Amino acid sequence: MIRVELPQHLRTLARVSDEVQVEVDGPATLGSVLDALEVRYPVLCGTIRDHTTRKRRPFLRFFACEEDFSHEPPEAPLPEAVTAGREPFLIVGALAGG
Amino acid sequence: MSGVRVLVGTKKGAFILTSDGKREKWDVSGPHFGGWEMYHIKGSPVDPNRIYASQSSGWFGQVVERSNDGGKSWETVGNRFEYAGVPGTHQWYDGTPHPWEFKRVWHVEPSLTDPDVVYAGVEDAALFRTTDGGQTWAEMPGLRGHGSGPHWAPGAGGLCLHTILLDPTNATRMYIAISAAGAFRTDDGGETWKPINKGLVSKYIPDPTAEVGHCVHRIAMHRARPSVLFMQKHWDVMRSDDSGDSWHEISGNLPTDFGFVIDVHTHEPETIYVVPIKSDSEHYPPDGKLRVYRSRTGGNEWEALTRGLPQQDCYVNVLRDSMAVDSLDPCGVYFGTSGGQVYGSANAGDNWTPIVRDLPAVMSVEVQTLP
Repeated sequence: MIRVELPQHLRTLARVSDEVQVEVDGPATLGSVLDALEVRYPVLCGTIRDHTTRKRRPFLRFFACEEDFSHEPPEAPLPEAVTAGREPFLIVGALAGG
Repeated sequence: MSGVRVLVGTKKGAFILTSDGKREKWDVSGPHFGGWEMYHIKGSPVDPNRIYASQSSGWFGQVVERSNDGGKSWETVGNRFEYAGVPGTHQWYDGTPHPWEFKRVWHVEPSLTDPDVVYAGVEDAALFRTTDGGQTWAEMPGLRGHGSGPHWAPGAGGLCLHTILLDPTNATRMYIAISAAGAFRTDDGGETWKPINKGLVSKYIPDPTAEVGHCVHRIAMHRARPSVLFMQKHWDVMRSDDSGDSWHEISGNLPTDFGFVIDVHTHEPETIYVVPIKSDSEHYPPDGKLRVYRSRTGGNEWEALTRGLPQQDCYVNVLRDSMAVDSLDPCGVYFGTSGGQVYGSANAGDNWTPIVRDLPAVMSVEVQTLP
C-alpha cells in the first residue's frame, strides 16, 4: 500500500480530506504509483500529467523521503520506505503564480 | 414569480448571484472552486438546471464541471481535449511556426436543443463538442482544417477561440471568433468553415484587410434576427447585415472604439451595448469614468450610460465574456470588471447598481432567466 499526499486542490477534486492510499501491482515506481492513483481517482487524470504526453505538469513536483523525483523517468523506483508505507509519496504544487 | 441567476467566473472561483424578477435584492453563493480561474460558466437553454463550467489552473490544467441542480452541487466531467490528427502549427508571436498545444477552455456554449450537447472554444484555438454531457470531447476539425490555421497568431491573451454563436433559426449555422484570426461561419453543422472578415480593417497586421489575422474580441446577435451580427474588434465596433459576409463600422461617436464586450438588448434588436476601453495597453475606461454606451439605432449613435457607475478614478477593465442580458421586461443588463464588481441594470442600462463589489477579477458573466 502506497501512501500519497495530494495538494489541497487535488484533494478537493478527488473528494478526499487526507492522504490517499493506492495499491501497485509489481514494483512501485514513479509511473506505476501515478497510474494507480489515476485509476483509483479518474478525476485526477490530466491534472498531474498531461493526458497525451504523460509528462508531469510543469508546476507540480514529486517528492519522497526528502528526495526530488520530479525529473525522474516513470520507471524510477521509489524508496523502500515509501513502498513499505512508512513514508508518503508527495505531490506538491510548486511555489508559483498569484 | 420569475427570477434571474447570474453566473460569474472570476480569477479565483465562481459565484452565483440570484434574485427575483425585481432584481433588487440578491443572494450571493460562492466561491465555488475557490482558487481556480473560472473562464466561463453557462447554463443550458433547454434545462436551466444544467450548467457547465470551465475551471482552469496554472498548476493543474483544465477541469470541466457540470451541475444538474442549478449550481447547488457539481460533478467533475471530462477534461481530455485532444486535437484531431496531427495538430500542425500556427504562427507564434514572432511569426515562426509553433505547434498547436491545448491550454484551456475559454468558452462553453450549450446547445439550444440538447442539454448533453455543448461546444467548447479552447486555446490554442479550436472548437470541441461533447454529446454526452461533458464526459468526452471531440474536436470539430473542419475549423482548423479550413486551411488558414498556419497563419493564425495569438493575441495578447493567447490564441483563443472565445466566441460561439448558435443560430436559433438554422441548426447547421454557427459563428465563432478567434483572437487573432477573426470570425468564421459554418453552414453545414461544423463540417466546413469560411472566414467572414470582409470589411474588417486592422492596421496591426501586414495586410490590414487580410482574410484572416484580425483580433476580433466579441460577436453578438439577437435571437430573432441572427443574420445581423455586431462585433467589438480590437479597435472598431462593426456590424454585418448579411451573416458576416460583409462588415461596416458603426463606432460613430464612441469615445474610443476599443473594448471587449458587446451585447444586444433582449427585446430590441437594434439596441446594443459596449464598454469603451482605452488602448494601447492601458485597458481601462477613458478619463477614469466607467461608462456603458448604448445605441438604439444599431450603431453609430451612442449614448453614455453613467447613472450608478463610478465617474471618477475608475481604472478597471471589462473582459470579453463579461456582459450578459436577461429576458425579463425591462431587459436586465449585467457586466463584471477586473476590479471584482458586478453591476446590474434592471432597466436596460438607464440605472446601474453594484450587485457585488469585491470579488476577484471577473472573467465572465452569464445570466439565466428563470421561470
